[in-house]
Amino acid sequence: MSLVDSLPRVRAPKLPRADGLIPWIVPLAIILTWQIACVTGFVSARVLPAPSDVALAGWKLALSGELARNISVSFWRASVGFLIGGSIGFSFGLANGLSQLSSKLTDTTLQMVRNIPHLALIPLVILWFGIDESAKLFLVALGVFFPIYLNTLHGIRTVDPQLIEMGRIYGMSDGELFRRVIFPGALPSIFVGLRFALGIMWLTLIVAETIAASSGLGYMAMQAREFMLIDVVVLSILIYALLGKLADSASRALERLTLSWHPAFQKH
Amino acid sequence: MQEALRFRLSDSEPLGRAEIIEQARFGRRGPRTVSRGLSLTIRNLSKSFGDNEVLRGIDLHIPAGQFVAVVGRSGCGKSTLLRLIAGLETATAGSIDIGEQARAEDIRVMFQEPRLLPWARVLSNVEVGLGRERASVDAQARAESALVEVGLGDKRAQWPAVLSGGQRQRVALARALVSRPRVLAFDEPLGALDALTRISMQRLLERVWHDQGFTAILVTHNVSEAVALADRILVIENGGIAHDIDVDIPRPRRRGSAELAALEGSILKNLLQGTGDTSDL
Repeated sequence: MSLVDSLPRVRAPKLPRADGLIPWIVPLAIILTWQIACVTGFVSARVLPAPSDVALAGWKLALSGELARNISVSFWRASVGFLIGGSIGFSFGLANGLSQLSSKLTDTTLQMVRNIPHLALIPLVILWFGIDESAKLFLVALGVFFPIYLNTLHGIRTVDPQLIEMGRIYGMSDGELFRRVIFPGALPSIFVGLRFALGIMWLTLIVAETIAASSGLGYMAMQAREFMLIDVVVLSILIYALLGKLADSASRALERLTLSWHPAFQKH
Repeated sequence: MQEALRFRLSDSEPLGRAEIIEQARFGRRGPRTVSRGLSLTIRNLSKSFGDNEVLRGIDLHIPAGQFVAVVGRSGCGKSTLLRLIAGLETATAGSIDIGEQARAEDIRVMFQEPRLLPWARVLSNVEVGLGRERASVDAQARAESALVEVGLGDKRAQWPAVLSGGQRQRVALARALVSRPRVLAFDEPLGALDALTRISMQRLLERVWHDQGFTAILVTHNVSEAVALADRILVIENGGIAHDIDVDIPRPRRRGSAELAALEGSILKNLLQGTGDTSDL
Protein backbone atom coordinates (compact mmCIF):
# COMPACT_ATOMS: atom_id res chain seq x y z
CA MET A 1 0.00 0.00 0.00
CA SER A 2 2.75 2.44 0.94
CA LEU A 3 4.48 1.94 -2.40
CA VAL A 4 1.33 2.60 -4.39
CA ASP A 5 0.61 5.61 -2.20
CA SER A 6 3.98 7.09 -2.78
CA LEU A 7 3.97 6.81 -6.58
CA PRO A 8 1.72 9.77 -7.45
CA ARG A 9 3.46 11.89 -4.83
CA VAL A 10 6.81 11.24 -6.39
CA ARG A 11 5.56 12.01 -9.89
CA ALA A 12 3.34 14.95 -9.03
CA PRO A 13 5.96 17.73 -9.11
CA LYS A 14 7.17 16.70 -12.60
CA LEU A 15 3.75 16.96 -14.22
CA PRO A 16 2.02 19.99 -12.73
CA ARG A 17 -1.73 20.15 -13.51
CA ALA A 18 -1.32 17.64 -16.33
CA ASP A 19 -3.03 14.75 -14.54
CA GLY A 20 -6.52 15.87 -15.56
CA LEU A 21 -5.56 16.27 -19.22
CA ILE A 22 -3.77 12.98 -19.79
CA PRO A 23 -6.97 10.91 -20.32
CA TRP A 24 -8.02 13.26 -23.16
CA ILE A 25 -4.81 12.97 -25.18
CA VAL A 26 -5.88 9.78 -26.98
CA PRO A 27 -9.43 10.92 -27.95
CA LEU A 28 -8.08 14.26 -29.20
CA ALA A 29 -5.38 12.53 -31.22
CA ILE A 30 -7.99 10.26 -32.81
CA ILE A 31 -10.17 13.23 -33.81
CA LEU A 32 -7.14 15.04 -35.23
CA THR A 33 -6.07 12.04 -37.31
CA TRP A 34 -9.63 11.61 -38.47
CA GLN A 35 -9.86 15.28 -39.55
CA ILE A 36 -6.60 15.04 -41.47
CA ALA A 37 -7.66 11.81 -43.17
CA CYS A 38 -10.92 13.44 -44.33
CA VAL A 39 -9.41 16.73 -45.47
CA THR A 40 -6.70 15.02 -47.52
CA GLY A 41 -9.33 12.84 -49.18
CA PHE A 42 -7.90 9.64 -47.74
CA VAL A 43 -11.38 8.86 -46.40
CA SER A 44 -14.39 9.71 -48.55
CA ALA A 45 -16.98 12.02 -46.98
CA ARG A 46 -19.62 9.46 -47.97
CA VAL A 47 -18.02 6.88 -45.72
CA LEU A 48 -17.10 9.12 -42.81
CA PRO A 49 -17.65 12.89 -42.64
CA ALA A 50 -14.90 15.06 -41.17
CA PRO A 51 -15.19 16.00 -37.47
CA SER A 52 -15.67 19.60 -38.56
CA ASP A 53 -18.72 18.59 -40.63
CA VAL A 54 -20.08 16.62 -37.69
CA ALA A 55 -19.62 19.66 -35.45
CA LEU A 56 -21.38 21.80 -38.04
CA ALA A 57 -24.31 19.38 -38.18
CA GLY A 58 -24.44 19.46 -34.38
CA TRP A 59 -24.49 23.24 -34.41
CA LYS A 60 -27.38 23.32 -36.89
CA LEU A 61 -29.39 20.81 -34.88
CA ALA A 62 -28.64 22.72 -31.70
CA LEU A 63 -29.90 25.94 -33.28
CA SER A 64 -33.15 24.31 -34.39
CA GLY A 65 -33.65 22.96 -30.85
CA GLU A 66 -33.95 19.42 -32.18
CA LEU A 67 -30.73 18.23 -30.56
CA ALA A 68 -31.63 19.44 -27.07
CA ARG A 69 -35.11 17.98 -27.36
CA ASN A 70 -33.86 14.55 -28.42
CA ILE A 71 -31.13 14.46 -25.80
CA SER A 72 -33.52 15.43 -23.03
CA VAL A 73 -36.06 12.80 -24.13
CA SER A 74 -33.37 10.10 -24.13
CA PHE A 75 -31.96 11.31 -20.84
CA TRP A 76 -35.40 11.25 -19.22
CA ARG A 77 -36.06 7.70 -20.45
CA ALA A 78 -32.66 6.55 -19.28
CA SER A 79 -32.99 7.98 -15.80
CA VAL A 80 -36.59 6.94 -15.17
CA GLY A 81 -35.93 3.41 -16.45
CA PHE A 82 -32.79 3.26 -14.38
CA LEU A 83 -34.56 4.41 -11.23
CA ILE A 84 -37.34 1.87 -11.64
CA GLY A 85 -35.13 -1.10 -12.52
CA GLY A 86 -32.37 -0.08 -10.12
CA SER A 87 -34.64 0.30 -7.12
CA ILE A 88 -36.41 -3.01 -7.77
CA GLY A 89 -33.04 -4.75 -8.25
CA PHE A 90 -31.65 -3.14 -5.12
CA SER A 91 -34.69 -4.19 -3.06
CA PHE A 92 -34.48 -7.77 -4.25
CA GLY A 93 -30.73 -7.77 -3.61
CA LEU A 94 -31.28 -6.56 -0.05
CA ALA A 95 -34.13 -8.96 0.62
CA ASN A 96 -32.33 -12.00 -0.78
CA GLY A 97 -29.05 -11.07 0.87
CA LEU A 98 -30.63 -10.67 4.28
CA SER A 99 -33.36 -13.32 4.28
CA GLN A 100 -32.86 -17.00 3.54
CA LEU A 101 -36.57 -17.42 2.89
CA SER A 102 -36.76 -14.62 0.36
CA SER A 103 -33.63 -15.94 -1.34
CA LYS A 104 -35.01 -19.47 -1.60
CA LEU A 105 -38.30 -18.14 -2.91
CA THR A 106 -37.07 -15.83 -5.66
CA ASP A 107 -33.41 -16.37 -6.49
CA THR A 108 -33.83 -19.38 -8.78
CA THR A 109 -36.53 -17.59 -10.77
CA LEU A 110 -34.42 -14.46 -11.11
CA GLN A 111 -31.39 -16.46 -12.23
CA MET A 112 -33.50 -18.08 -14.97
CA VAL A 113 -34.87 -14.76 -16.18
CA ARG A 114 -31.36 -13.30 -16.10
CA ASN A 115 -30.20 -15.69 -18.79
CA ILE A 116 -32.71 -14.35 -21.31
CA PRO A 117 -31.06 -11.50 -23.27
CA HIS A 118 -33.41 -8.65 -22.49
CA LEU A 119 -33.10 -7.21 -26.00
CA ALA A 120 -34.59 -10.47 -27.30
CA LEU A 121 -37.82 -9.29 -25.71
CA ILE A 122 -38.12 -6.29 -28.06
CA PRO A 123 -40.67 -7.91 -30.42
CA LEU A 124 -42.78 -8.96 -27.47
CA VAL A 125 -42.45 -5.58 -25.81
CA ILE A 126 -43.57 -3.84 -29.01
CA LEU A 127 -46.61 -6.10 -29.14
CA TRP A 128 -47.40 -5.34 -25.51
CA PHE A 129 -46.67 -1.62 -25.28
CA GLY A 130 -46.50 -0.48 -28.93
CA ILE A 131 -43.83 2.15 -29.43
CA ASP A 132 -45.02 4.01 -26.38
CA GLU A 133 -42.71 5.42 -23.65
CA SER A 134 -43.50 2.46 -21.42
CA ALA A 135 -41.85 0.07 -23.90
CA LYS A 136 -38.50 1.85 -23.57
CA LEU A 137 -38.80 2.26 -19.80
CA PHE A 138 -39.60 -1.43 -19.45
CA LEU A 139 -36.56 -2.50 -21.43
CA VAL A 140 -34.18 -0.14 -19.64
CA ALA A 141 -35.55 -1.16 -16.24
CA LEU A 142 -35.16 -4.84 -17.10
CA GLY A 143 -31.59 -4.35 -18.35
CA VAL A 144 -30.56 -2.35 -15.29
CA PHE A 145 -32.24 -4.70 -12.82
CA PHE A 146 -29.80 -7.61 -13.03
CA PRO A 147 -26.41 -5.98 -12.51
CA ILE A 148 -27.80 -4.04 -9.55
CA TYR A 149 -29.51 -7.11 -8.12
CA LEU A 150 -26.55 -9.44 -8.49
CA ASN A 151 -23.98 -7.05 -7.09
CA THR A 152 -26.12 -5.92 -4.16
CA LEU A 153 -26.72 -9.55 -3.28
CA HIS A 154 -23.04 -10.41 -3.67
CA GLY A 155 -22.02 -7.40 -1.56
CA ILE A 156 -24.30 -8.33 1.31
CA ARG A 157 -23.38 -12.01 1.22
CA THR A 158 -19.67 -11.25 1.35
CA VAL A 159 -19.67 -8.83 4.30
CA ASP A 160 -17.03 -10.09 6.72
CA PRO A 161 -18.86 -12.46 9.13
CA GLN A 162 -16.34 -11.53 11.84
CA LEU A 163 -17.55 -7.94 11.69
CA ILE A 164 -21.16 -9.09 11.93
CA GLU A 165 -20.27 -11.21 14.96
CA MET A 166 -18.49 -8.20 16.46
CA GLY A 167 -21.60 -6.06 15.90
CA ARG A 168 -23.78 -8.63 17.63
CA ILE A 169 -21.39 -8.91 20.59
CA TYR A 170 -21.51 -5.15 21.03
CA GLY A 171 -25.28 -5.27 21.21
CA MET A 172 -26.27 -3.81 17.84
CA SER A 173 -29.91 -4.18 16.92
CA ASP A 174 -30.78 -5.58 13.48
CA GLY A 175 -31.35 -2.09 12.11
CA GLU A 176 -28.13 -0.79 13.52
CA LEU A 177 -26.22 -3.81 12.29
CA PHE A 178 -27.53 -3.15 8.79
CA ARG A 179 -26.80 0.57 8.90
CA ARG A 180 -23.35 0.38 10.50
CA VAL A 181 -21.95 -2.94 9.26
CA ILE A 182 -23.81 -4.68 6.43
CA PHE A 183 -24.71 -1.79 4.16
CA PRO A 184 -21.32 -0.01 4.28
CA GLY A 185 -19.65 -3.39 3.75
CA ALA A 186 -21.77 -4.10 0.68
CA LEU A 187 -21.32 -0.62 -0.80
CA PRO A 188 -18.17 -1.23 -2.90
CA SER A 189 -19.90 -4.14 -4.62
CA ILE A 190 -23.11 -2.12 -5.09
CA PHE A 191 -21.08 0.51 -6.92
CA VAL A 192 -19.66 -2.10 -9.27
CA GLY A 193 -23.26 -3.02 -10.09
CA LEU A 194 -24.16 0.62 -10.55
CA ARG A 195 -21.47 1.18 -13.14
CA PHE A 196 -22.36 -1.98 -15.05
CA ALA A 197 -25.99 -0.89 -14.97
CA LEU A 198 -25.21 2.56 -16.36
CA GLY A 199 -23.52 0.97 -19.36
CA ILE A 200 -26.44 -1.37 -19.98
CA MET A 201 -28.85 1.52 -19.53
CA TRP A 202 -27.47 3.42 -22.56
CA LEU A 203 -27.08 0.29 -24.65
CA THR A 204 -30.68 -0.77 -24.09
CA LEU A 205 -32.09 2.66 -24.67
CA ILE A 206 -30.26 3.21 -27.94
CA VAL A 207 -31.33 -0.15 -29.34
CA ALA A 208 -34.92 0.42 -28.24
CA GLU A 209 -34.95 3.90 -29.73
CA THR A 210 -33.57 2.83 -33.08
CA ILE A 211 -36.20 0.13 -33.40
CA ALA A 212 -39.30 1.65 -31.94
CA ALA A 213 -39.48 5.35 -31.17
CA SER A 214 -40.62 8.70 -32.52
CA SER A 215 -38.14 10.83 -30.60
CA GLY A 216 -34.80 10.56 -28.83
CA LEU A 217 -31.19 10.15 -29.90
CA GLY A 218 -31.65 6.71 -31.42
CA TYR A 219 -34.61 7.97 -33.40
CA MET A 220 -32.58 10.95 -34.59
CA ALA A 221 -29.85 8.63 -35.87
CA MET A 222 -32.38 6.42 -37.69
CA GLN A 223 -34.08 9.40 -39.28
CA ALA A 224 -30.72 10.71 -40.46
CA ARG A 225 -29.94 7.34 -42.02
CA GLU A 226 -33.18 7.51 -44.01
CA PHE A 227 -32.09 10.84 -45.48
CA MET A 228 -28.44 9.80 -45.88
CA LEU A 229 -27.34 12.47 -43.34
CA ILE A 230 -24.24 10.57 -42.33
CA ASP A 231 -22.87 13.51 -40.30
CA VAL A 232 -25.92 13.37 -37.99
CA VAL A 233 -25.49 9.61 -37.58
CA VAL A 234 -21.87 10.11 -36.50
CA LEU A 235 -22.95 12.97 -34.26
CA SER A 236 -25.41 10.72 -32.42
CA ILE A 237 -22.73 8.10 -31.90
CA LEU A 238 -20.36 10.68 -30.44
CA ILE A 239 -23.09 11.95 -28.12
CA TYR A 240 -23.60 8.40 -26.82
CA ALA A 241 -19.91 8.23 -26.01
CA LEU A 242 -20.05 11.51 -24.12
CA LEU A 243 -23.20 10.59 -22.20
CA GLY A 244 -21.69 7.26 -21.25
CA LYS A 245 -18.56 8.96 -20.01
CA LEU A 246 -20.69 11.45 -18.07
CA ALA A 247 -22.62 8.67 -16.30
CA ASP A 248 -19.40 6.89 -15.46
CA SER A 249 -17.80 10.04 -14.04
CA ALA A 250 -20.88 10.71 -11.93
CA SER A 251 -20.78 7.24 -10.42
CA ARG A 252 -17.05 7.54 -9.79
CA ALA A 253 -17.55 10.84 -7.99
CA LEU A 254 -20.25 9.26 -5.85
CA GLU A 255 -17.92 6.36 -5.16
CA ARG A 256 -15.11 8.65 -4.03
CA LEU A 257 -17.53 10.50 -1.79
CA THR A 258 -18.97 7.47 -0.02
CA LEU A 259 -15.94 5.18 -0.03
CA SER A 260 -13.44 7.69 1.34
CA TRP A 261 -12.54 5.12 4.02
CA HIS A 262 -11.36 2.66 1.38
CA PRO A 263 -7.58 2.61 0.85
CA ALA A 264 -8.15 2.69 -2.92
CA PHE A 265 -9.98 6.02 -2.72
CA GLN A 266 -7.86 7.87 -0.22
CA LYS A 267 -6.52 11.23 -1.35
CA HIS A 268 -2.89 12.16 -0.95
CA MET B 1 0.99 15.88 43.46
CA GLN B 2 2.08 12.29 43.18
CA GLU B 3 -1.25 11.41 41.64
CA ALA B 4 -1.04 14.13 39.02
CA LEU B 5 2.45 13.16 38.04
CA ARG B 6 1.46 9.55 37.63
CA PHE B 7 -1.48 10.25 35.35
CA ARG B 8 0.52 12.58 33.18
CA LEU B 9 3.05 9.88 32.66
CA SER B 10 0.52 7.23 31.85
CA ASP B 11 -1.32 9.47 29.38
CA SER B 12 1.57 10.91 27.48
CA GLU B 13 3.81 7.90 27.24
CA PRO B 14 1.92 4.68 27.75
CA LEU B 15 4.10 2.48 25.59
CA GLY B 16 7.71 1.94 24.76
CA ARG B 17 9.01 3.62 27.88
CA ALA B 18 12.16 2.44 29.59
CA GLU B 19 12.02 -0.57 31.85
CA ILE B 20 13.16 1.55 34.76
CA ILE B 21 10.17 3.89 34.54
CA GLU B 22 7.89 0.88 34.32
CA GLN B 23 9.38 -0.51 37.52
CA ALA B 24 9.11 2.80 39.30
CA ARG B 25 5.48 3.31 38.28
CA PHE B 26 4.40 -0.07 39.45
CA GLY B 27 6.20 0.49 42.70
CA ARG B 28 4.49 3.82 43.31
CA ARG B 29 1.05 2.61 42.38
CA GLY B 30 0.95 0.25 45.32
CA PRO B 31 -1.58 -2.50 45.90
CA ARG B 32 -4.94 -2.39 44.16
CA THR B 33 -7.78 -1.02 46.20
CA VAL B 34 -11.14 -2.53 45.17
CA SER B 35 -11.55 -5.02 42.38
CA ARG B 36 -14.33 -4.18 39.93
CA GLY B 37 -14.09 -7.61 38.34
CA LEU B 38 -16.71 -10.31 38.50
CA SER B 39 -16.05 -13.85 39.60
CA LEU B 40 -16.81 -16.79 37.33
CA THR B 41 -18.01 -20.19 38.38
CA ILE B 42 -18.09 -22.92 35.77
CA ARG B 43 -19.72 -26.23 36.62
CA ASN B 44 -19.47 -29.44 34.62
CA LEU B 45 -19.23 -27.53 31.34
CA SER B 46 -19.34 -29.61 28.14
CA LYS B 47 -19.49 -28.62 24.52
CA SER B 48 -19.79 -30.83 21.46
CA PHE B 49 -19.84 -29.97 17.79
CA GLY B 50 -21.68 -32.91 16.29
CA ASP B 51 -19.83 -36.04 17.39
CA ASN B 52 -16.76 -34.08 18.33
CA GLU B 53 -16.65 -33.47 22.08
CA VAL B 54 -14.47 -30.41 22.52
CA LEU B 55 -14.90 -29.75 26.23
CA ARG B 56 -15.67 -32.50 28.73
CA GLY B 57 -17.06 -31.55 32.11
CA ILE B 58 -14.95 -28.56 33.08
CA ASP B 59 -15.21 -27.29 36.68
CA LEU B 60 -13.54 -23.98 37.36
CA HIS B 61 -13.78 -21.02 39.70
CA ILE B 62 -12.11 -17.73 38.79
CA PRO B 63 -12.09 -15.17 41.63
CA ALA B 64 -12.95 -11.54 40.83
CA GLY B 65 -10.08 -9.56 39.34
CA GLN B 66 -7.82 -12.52 38.64
CA PHE B 67 -5.70 -12.63 35.48
CA VAL B 68 -6.04 -16.17 34.12
CA ALA B 69 -4.17 -17.48 31.10
CA VAL B 70 -5.45 -20.52 29.25
CA VAL B 71 -2.84 -22.41 27.25
CA GLY B 72 -2.93 -25.59 25.24
CA ARG B 73 -2.26 -27.00 21.79
CA SER B 74 -4.34 -25.96 18.81
CA GLY B 75 -7.73 -27.61 18.86
CA CYS B 76 -7.62 -28.42 22.57
CA GLY B 77 -10.80 -26.42 23.17
CA LYS B 78 -9.31 -23.31 24.78
CA SER B 79 -10.95 -20.92 22.33
CA THR B 80 -14.25 -22.76 22.70
CA LEU B 81 -14.05 -22.27 26.46
CA LEU B 82 -13.54 -18.56 25.92
CA ARG B 83 -16.38 -18.30 23.41
CA LEU B 84 -18.67 -20.04 25.90
CA ILE B 85 -17.70 -17.62 28.65
CA ALA B 86 -18.30 -14.68 26.30
CA GLY B 87 -21.69 -16.06 25.35
CA LEU B 88 -20.78 -16.61 21.69
CA GLU B 89 -21.62 -20.31 21.87
CA THR B 90 -24.15 -22.19 23.95
CA ALA B 91 -22.97 -25.04 26.14
CA THR B 92 -24.09 -28.61 25.47
CA ALA B 93 -24.22 -29.23 29.23
CA GLY B 94 -23.23 -27.50 32.43
CA SER B 95 -23.38 -23.89 33.52
CA ILE B 96 -21.38 -20.68 33.69
CA ASP B 97 -22.25 -18.19 36.43
CA ILE B 98 -20.78 -14.75 36.06
CA GLY B 99 -21.05 -12.42 39.05
CA GLU B 100 -24.45 -11.55 40.44
CA GLN B 101 -26.11 -9.29 37.89
CA ALA B 102 -23.80 -9.12 34.88
CA ARG B 103 -25.05 -6.90 32.04
CA ALA B 104 -24.06 -7.44 28.39
CA GLU B 105 -21.65 -4.48 28.66
CA ASP B 106 -19.86 -6.13 31.58
CA ILE B 107 -18.32 -8.86 29.45
CA ARG B 108 -16.17 -7.96 26.48
CA VAL B 109 -14.07 -10.00 24.06
CA MET B 110 -10.97 -9.10 22.13
CA PHE B 111 -10.06 -11.28 19.16
CA GLN B 112 -6.88 -12.04 17.29
CA GLU B 113 -8.15 -9.81 14.46
CA PRO B 114 -8.98 -6.26 15.50
CA ARG B 115 -12.38 -6.46 13.72
CA LEU B 116 -12.61 -2.70 13.29
CA LEU B 117 -15.20 -1.25 10.92
CA PRO B 118 -13.06 -0.01 8.02
CA TRP B 119 -15.68 2.60 7.10
CA ALA B 120 -15.80 4.19 10.53
CA ARG B 121 -13.16 6.55 11.94
CA VAL B 122 -11.15 5.37 14.92
CA LEU B 123 -13.33 7.27 17.39
CA SER B 124 -16.61 5.86 16.05
CA ASN B 125 -15.09 2.40 16.17
CA VAL B 126 -14.41 2.90 19.87
CA GLU B 127 -17.95 4.25 20.41
CA VAL B 128 -19.29 0.93 19.08
CA GLY B 129 -17.96 -0.58 22.32
CA LEU B 130 -20.44 1.37 24.42
CA GLY B 131 -23.19 -1.07 23.44
CA ARG B 132 -26.62 0.25 24.32
CA GLU B 133 -25.10 3.40 25.81
CA ARG B 134 -23.91 4.52 22.35
CA ALA B 135 -26.59 7.19 22.19
CA SER B 136 -25.78 8.76 25.56
CA VAL B 137 -24.51 12.34 25.65
CA ASP B 138 -21.08 11.53 27.03
CA ALA B 139 -20.46 8.71 24.52
CA GLN B 140 -17.86 10.67 22.60
CA ALA B 141 -16.03 11.82 25.71
CA ARG B 142 -15.87 8.27 27.02
CA ALA B 143 -14.58 6.96 23.70
CA GLU B 144 -11.93 9.68 23.65
CA SER B 145 -10.71 8.85 27.14
CA ALA B 146 -10.53 5.15 26.23
CA LEU B 147 -8.41 6.07 23.21
CA VAL B 148 -6.11 8.18 25.37
CA GLU B 149 -5.81 5.24 27.74
CA VAL B 150 -4.33 3.06 24.98
CA GLY B 151 -2.12 5.92 23.80
CA LEU B 152 -3.95 6.71 20.55
CA GLY B 153 -5.63 10.00 21.49
CA ASP B 154 -4.17 11.68 18.42
CA LYS B 155 -5.53 9.08 16.00
CA ARG B 156 -9.23 9.62 16.70
CA ALA B 157 -10.03 11.01 13.21
CA GLN B 158 -8.04 8.42 11.23
CA TRP B 159 -9.41 5.57 9.15
CA PRO B 160 -8.40 2.13 10.47
CA ALA B 161 -6.74 1.38 7.11
CA VAL B 162 -3.91 3.84 7.80
CA LEU B 163 -3.02 2.38 11.21
CA SER B 164 -0.38 -0.26 11.85
CA GLY B 165 -1.36 -3.73 13.07
CA GLY B 166 -0.43 -2.91 16.65
CA GLN B 167 -2.35 0.38 16.58
CA ARG B 168 -5.45 -1.36 15.22
CA GLN B 169 -5.26 -3.88 18.02
CA ARG B 170 -4.99 -1.00 20.51
CA VAL B 171 -8.13 0.57 19.02
CA ALA B 172 -9.83 -2.80 19.49
CA LEU B 173 -8.65 -2.77 23.10
CA ALA B 174 -10.04 0.75 23.60
CA ARG B 175 -13.36 -0.44 22.14
CA ALA B 176 -13.41 -3.35 24.58
CA LEU B 177 -12.50 -1.07 27.52
CA VAL B 178 -14.84 1.83 26.83
CA SER B 179 -17.86 0.23 28.51
CA ARG B 180 -15.74 -0.41 31.64
CA PRO B 181 -16.20 -4.20 31.42
CA ARG B 182 -15.88 -6.33 34.52
CA VAL B 183 -14.77 -9.43 32.61
CA LEU B 184 -12.47 -9.14 29.61
CA ALA B 185 -11.79 -12.22 27.50
CA PHE B 186 -8.84 -12.21 25.12
CA ASP B 187 -8.68 -14.73 22.29
CA GLU B 188 -5.05 -14.70 21.13
CA PRO B 189 -5.17 -10.90 20.91
CA LEU B 190 -1.46 -10.55 20.18
CA GLY B 191 -1.06 -13.59 17.95
CA ALA B 192 -0.69 -11.62 14.73
CA LEU B 193 1.74 -8.99 16.03
CA ASP B 194 5.51 -8.85 15.66
CA ALA B 195 7.69 -9.61 18.69
CA LEU B 196 8.40 -6.03 19.79
CA THR B 197 4.82 -4.78 19.33
CA ARG B 198 3.70 -7.87 21.18
CA ILE B 199 5.82 -7.00 24.21
CA SER B 200 4.59 -3.41 24.38
CA MET B 201 1.00 -4.66 23.99
CA GLN B 202 1.54 -7.11 26.83
CA ARG B 203 2.64 -4.24 29.04
CA LEU B 204 -0.40 -2.23 27.97
CA LEU B 205 -2.73 -5.13 28.80
CA GLU B 206 -1.09 -5.57 32.18
CA ARG B 207 -1.40 -1.85 32.93
CA VAL B 208 -5.10 -1.52 32.00
CA TRP B 209 -5.89 -4.70 33.90
CA HIS B 210 -4.04 -3.30 36.91
CA ASP B 211 -5.77 0.11 36.62
CA GLN B 212 -9.30 -1.10 35.94
CA GLY B 213 -9.37 -4.30 37.96
CA PHE B 214 -11.46 -6.42 35.59
CA THR B 215 -11.25 -10.20 35.58
CA ALA B 216 -9.03 -11.14 32.64
CA ILE B 217 -9.11 -14.41 30.74
CA LEU B 218 -6.36 -14.70 28.16
CA VAL B 219 -6.32 -17.57 25.68
CA THR B 220 -2.90 -17.91 24.15
CA HIS B 221 -0.60 -20.47 22.58
CA ASN B 222 2.37 -18.48 23.73
CA VAL B 223 3.51 -19.83 27.08
CA SER B 224 5.99 -17.03 27.76
CA GLU B 225 3.15 -14.52 27.32
CA ALA B 226 1.02 -16.46 29.79
CA VAL B 227 3.86 -16.63 32.30
CA ALA B 228 4.61 -12.91 31.97
CA LEU B 229 1.01 -11.75 32.46
CA ALA B 230 -1.07 -14.22 34.42
CA ASP B 231 -1.79 -14.86 38.11
CA ARG B 232 -2.80 -18.36 37.20
CA ILE B 233 -2.29 -20.60 34.20
CA LEU B 234 -4.70 -23.30 33.10
CA VAL B 235 -3.36 -25.96 30.77
CA ILE B 236 -6.14 -27.51 28.69
CA GLU B 237 -5.68 -30.98 27.28
CA ASN B 238 -8.20 -33.32 25.70
CA GLY B 239 -11.12 -31.08 26.60
CA GLY B 240 -10.29 -30.87 30.31
CA ILE B 241 -8.07 -28.86 32.64
CA ALA B 242 -4.83 -30.84 32.85
CA HIS B 243 -2.91 -28.42 35.08
CA ASP B 244 -3.89 -25.45 37.21
CA ILE B 245 -0.76 -23.48 38.05
CA ASP B 246 -0.55 -20.44 40.34
CA VAL B 247 2.06 -17.93 39.26
CA ASP B 248 3.18 -16.10 42.37
CA ILE B 249 6.03 -14.18 40.81
CA PRO B 250 5.72 -10.54 41.97
CA ARG B 251 4.86 -7.80 39.46
CA PRO B 252 6.28 -6.04 37.58
CA ARG B 253 7.87 -9.12 36.07
CA ARG B 254 11.10 -8.75 34.21
CA ARG B 255 10.98 -10.42 30.85
CA GLY B 256 13.70 -12.98 30.41
CA SER B 257 14.28 -13.45 34.15
CA ALA B 258 15.34 -16.91 35.33
CA GLU B 259 12.15 -17.40 37.37
CA LEU B 260 9.87 -16.84 34.39
CA ALA B 261 12.04 -18.97 32.14
CA ALA B 262 11.99 -21.88 34.59
CA LEU B 263 8.21 -21.77 34.88
CA GLU B 264 7.82 -21.48 31.12
CA GLY B 265 10.10 -24.47 30.66
CA SER B 266 8.14 -26.68 33.02
CA ILE B 267 4.81 -25.76 31.40
CA LEU B 268 6.18 -26.41 27.91
CA LYS B 269 7.47 -29.76 29.11
CA ASN B 270 3.99 -30.66 30.30
CA LEU B 271 2.47 -29.56 27.02
CA LEU B 272 4.91 -31.54 24.94
CA GLN B 273 4.58 -34.73 26.97
CA GLY B 274 2.92 -37.37 24.93
CA THR B 275 4.42 -36.17 21.67
CA GLY B 276 7.78 -37.60 22.79
CA ASP B 277 9.37 -34.36 21.67
CA THR B 278 11.05 -33.30 24.91
CA SER B 279 14.61 -33.77 23.78
CA ASP B 280 15.45 -30.09 23.58
CA LEU B 281 13.97 -29.07 26.93
